[in-house]
Amino acid sequence: MIAIIDYGMGNLKSVFNAFKQVSPEADIKVTSNPADIKKAHHVVFPGQGAMPDCIRELDERNLRSSVIDAAKTKPFLGICIGLQMLFDKSEEGNVEGLGLLGGTIKRFNNQNTADESGHKLKIPHMGWNEVSQISHHPLWKNINNNDRFYFVHSYYLESKDKNIVSAETSYAQKFCCAIAKENIFAVQFHPEKSSTAGLQLIKNFVQWSV
Amino acid sequence: MSLAKRIIPCLDVTDGRVVKGINFLELKDAGDPVEVAKKYNEQGADELAFLDITASSDNRGLILHIIENVAKEVFIPLTVGGGVRTPEDVRNLLNAGADKVSINTSAIVNPDIVYQTSSRFGSQCIVVAIDAKLTVEGSKSFWQVFTHGGRNATGLDAVEWAAKMASLGAGELLVTSMDRDGTKKGFDLELIKAISDKVDVPIIASGGVGDLQHLVDGVKIGGADAVLAASIFHFGEYTINEAKAFMKSNHIEIRQ
Repeated sequence: MIAIIDYGMGNLKSVFNAFKQVSPEADIKVTSNPADIKKAHHVVFPGQGAMPDCIRELDERNLRSSVIDAAKTKPFLGICIGLQMLFDKSEEGNVEGLGLLGGTIKRFNNQNTADESGHKLKIPHMGWNEVSQISHHPLWKNINNNDRFYFVHSYYLESKDKNIVSAETSYAQKFCCAIAKENIFAVQFHPEKSSTAGLQLIKNFVQWSV
Repeated sequence: MSLAKRIIPCLDVTDGRVVKGINFLELKDAGDPVEVAKKYNEQGADELAFLDITASSDNRGLILHIIENVAKEVFIPLTVGGGVRTPEDVRNLLNAGADKVSINTSAIVNPDIVYQTSSRFGSQCIVVAIDAKLTVEGSKSFWQVFTHGGRNATGLDAVEWAAKMASLGAGELLVTSMDRDGTKKGFDLELIKAISDKVDVPIIASGGVGDLQHLVDGVKIGGADAVLAASIFHFGEYTINEAKAFMKSNHIEIRQ
């Protein structure tokens, strides 16, 4: 079973639909049941909204230990806030993350910052941006370097360990948009909304064994 | 290399069909929403906007069904608006598969809905749609916010209103010039620029696109982050691909 962890933050139908599209035969479950997460062979940890709310909702459902267990043991895909929560802390509400990985989630700074066309830098960073692959990874299979993925976020990761950075994107500054460490792969963008390239990444995840 | 400017075709939907008319008169059938959405997706649309123009409350549920079906086949962001009144409406649309919900009239009636829904569902999914018309009152001229498809004046200054909506949590603003809508004369670039300069959140320019140069102007002169158009795409005047090629030849970053 592929478990998509539901902790009450936002709509997971897009994620479910994308998995169903690439893997129609698979048993895919949107779930907040620790038993499902334990049983699953692949785990997806999505997230949207504000990180302090996400952490609170996760704890209210007693899912913290299930997420940490899964992230230590089986193919694990973090998406958006699902990436951010894996790290030590976030400037958003000065909240602590799950601390599985070292790093801080920071807010984009648009004071006196212009985008490439000279206009004021908009926050959130919203739309299709290029993802430049830094490391080889099974999840990049059949995805061209610098293919565009759909982003929507105001905070970005500053990873302590540069060796886990798997891809970067540029938005007035370069930032890490994908990390890979052992059985964990996590992305700041939304593969479920990134058309062909996004579906390919999800397909690669489903086929990934560690 | 950087963030691409987005092209967003807008689908007006009523009674389960895509329709298009000038100023909502003489609506012409423009196809089945799922088929139209798939066609634009294949042409390279960056997002899709659906506007539910159904007048009667009886058929309101239809849009949910349509969005559910589109979301199963099209994997790009979907924005849905029209008649969104309560946090419950927002929730239902998100659950059906919308990624963003646009709020227009109800934000004027009750601005707090923007705060409530953005805190509950995240700013990323709350778009505030602003319909504005240049208004002259004595020696003063300003862009005034209108509601109900441009029929009701509110007295509000659109630029100030935009700033207020962003501060209440709107993640994006969809700015339509009522003066230009349906005219094919191009965006009201001064309006777009005034709002884009004022707020930090992304701006979608809307209203008046008649040719591809208008899209370029919206980005280059208006400072828009995305451009929305309906009629130039619906009846095959231009494809999304052609629009992108033209923007690219004008040195605008686009997704190919």
